[in-house]
Amino acid sequence: MTLPPQILLGHGGGGQLMDQLLDEVVRPQIGNEILAEGLDSGIVDLRSEVSDSRLALTIDGYVVSPWKFPGGDIGRLAISGTVNDLAVCGARPLGIALSLILAEGFETTCLKEVMASVAATAREAGVKVITGDTKVVGRGQCDGIYITTAGVGLVNSEPIGNRKSEIGNGDVLLLNGHIADHGLAVMLAREMPQISSPIRSDVAPLNGLIERVLASGAKVRFMRDATRAGLAGLAADLARRCGKRVVLEERAIPVRKETRHAAEMLGLDVLEVANEGKVVIVVAKEDAQRALDAMKSHPLGAAGAVIGQIADGMNVCELITTAGGRRVVQKPYGEQLPRIC
Amino acid sequence: MAFEMQQLQQRLDDAARRAGRDLAFMEVCGTHTVSAFRCGLHDMLPGNVKLLSGPGCPVCVTAQGDIDLMIDAASLPGATICTYGDMLKVPGTRGSLEQARSRGAKVRVIYSTLDAVKWAAADPSGQYVLAAVGFETTTPATAVAITEAQKLRLRNFSVLASHKVLLPALEALLGGKAESRKQKAERAHEAGQSRIENPKSRIRVDGFLCPGHASIILGSDAFREIVSDYGMPCVVAGFEATQMLAGITRLTEMCAEGKPQLDNVYPQVVKPEGNTVAQETIRKVFEPAPANWRALGIIPGSGLRIREAYSEFDAVRRFGLVAKDAPEPAGCRCGEVITGRCTPADCCLFGKRCTPMTAVGPCMVSSEGSCAAWFKYGRHKGTEARRYEGRMAV
Repeated sequence: MTLPPQILLGHGGGGQLMDQLLDEVVRPQIGNEILAEGLDSGIVDLRSEVSDSRLALTIDGYVVSPWKFPGGDIGRLAISGTVNDLAVCGARPLGIALSLILAEGFETTCLKEVMASVAATAREAGVKVITGDTKVVGRGQCDGIYITTAGVGLVNSEPIGNRKSEIGNGDVLLLNGHIADHGLAVMLAREMPQISSPIRSDVAPLNGLIERVLASGAKVRFMRDATRAGLAGLAADLARRCGKRVVLEERAIPVRKETRHAAEMLGLDVLEVANEGKVVIVVAKEDAQRALDAMKSHPLGAAGAVIGQIADGMNVCELITTAGGRRVVQKPYGEQLPRIC
Repeated sequence: MAFEMQQLQQRLDDAARRAGRDLAFMEVCGTHTVSAFRCGLHDMLPGNVKLLSGPGCPVCVTAQGDIDLMIDAASLPGATICTYGDMLKVPGTRGSLEQARSRGAKVRVIYSTLDAVKWAAADPSGQYVLAAVGFETTTPATAVAITEAQKLRLRNFSVLASHKVLLPALEALLGGKAESRKQKAERAHEAGQSRIENPKSRIRVDGFLCPGHASIILGSDAFREIVSDYGMPCVVAGFEATQMLAGITRLTEMCAEGKPQLDNVYPQVVKPEGNTVAQETIRKVFEPAPANWRALGIIPGSGLRIREAYSEFDAVRRFGLVAKDAPEPAGCRCGEVITGRCTPADCCLFGKRCTPMTAVGPCMVSSEGSCAAWFKYGRHKGTEARRYEGRMAV
């Protein structure tokens, strides 16, 4: 498909459309060997300067609407998202740069609320915002508030995610809890504000939980947070990265009842709905129990579970359904849209 | 659930063996199509039982001309098109609503038809046009929006209605009741069309898995004539794996016994008489009219027209829009897919020129479309699936 002349909303959806935009417009311009690794952080090799350490660098834009939703807000999201992108690469966050784009007319009290949330989340993650920038655009040119955060971290071991060749048959996938809460909480808050729902976003910094799993001694082969394209996007990417078959067990994937119902009502697949506090960790089978115990000992991993495994096969992610059938899991297309009936 | 599934599978295997021939059941509803793929149902059926998609995806049955009309309405000055999310990506002759939006047209996705009424009330200077599609499930909501707009005396809200009713389409698929040349000419005249298509021939199906959602409104009794007049087994089923498998099992048992019946395996939700309040709401605002279906052509009494009393809310009349006959995209076999005449993999565009990113026909973009489900969930049993399995791993 040729790229359309105008940017579509779907180009920001984390799906195949976005991949195409990045491949055709962004990567050819700014591509380099670090970006080409395709990790959630860019890893800068500093071993000649700092003995045995590498630098991780990551950046993310946050444009969520509404800026406040059940379970979180754009401030908590901006810190958590960037901390998580560092943590899943095995990096210890060193500092965060934060850029604000505000719309003329945005309430000062709301900004205070967002900044308080930024501060509280940074404290929770044990990270400091070390630099920042603020711009304001005309009323209507931006939806209240946008935040961009960049983060740097140090990796003291081989960066996780680089070890794709190490992913082997029988390795298991761990997930730290219920999926699809964030996407549905935000969607319901945006589109159906009149409905009061118990679904709360899972947005949270995961570096504490990840450190605990790494400290357990389990050999982590791959780690990624399941954000916009959901667990489906992550698992399909994982299959492509390691060139093997990723088999997910639907029965084992934790989903809250209310979340499942809301997704069904809107015609969405919970596997494709966004999360902001969920990480998938691939470990060797013999390390599974140790890693799972470490995960479950952390409050953000209490509902953790083994959700699948790596098997012989090629570039495909498969789901064994609760009903006992099998189907392919693909990366979603772009925007998540509600269906007709 | 595992135990229930096991029992059902045993019953199904047994009945399929007794039937001793190939059986094809049509799932009439798009939600069934997607559910069956999502829960991996196709893999669990006996070798001689297969599911075919039917004309139950609201987006897929919408004629090309009606889709063009929505895109035309999006370019009216000051107009905002309010649409269900599914319609956004459907390709018309001149691009989709999604592309129209990126060029500057005002297109907003509704979660409820009343969203559009609310937006119109809050912005008297703009025109809000609700693109209303769907079957008995969505029609009551459109009717409510129109009566609400009348109550609020809104002058800037209108509806581009291409609602359809299900039963005449099922009858047409089964060959329909005999029609003389004169009746056919009258039908063409009534529809304001010079040319009128007829479904090619009766399709070969052994039973209908009737839609759970539409039946909530219609009532299970609505399918009685399909059983009595056409000898076709009908089972109303819900959308969970066990409910669908129960429906398929009952259909297979009826075939094995040679006794077509009407059964309802979703009785906790679907009543024999349906939802009479919703039926009355539809009748108040809409009247039966011929409708143009993709692939099926014009079927008398299969559409709904806004009644004279509410004509001020009819976007076609308000803006003088004219639906043009538009050809379906060249090579696209969506029409055959939704009438059970071929499977998506039989279409030579499938997975090549036509993918969710580069859709040629509506079945590939609608979230309830058969081609989209085939492409997305892949691994369909049977050899045809293997042909495109390699392409799945994009």
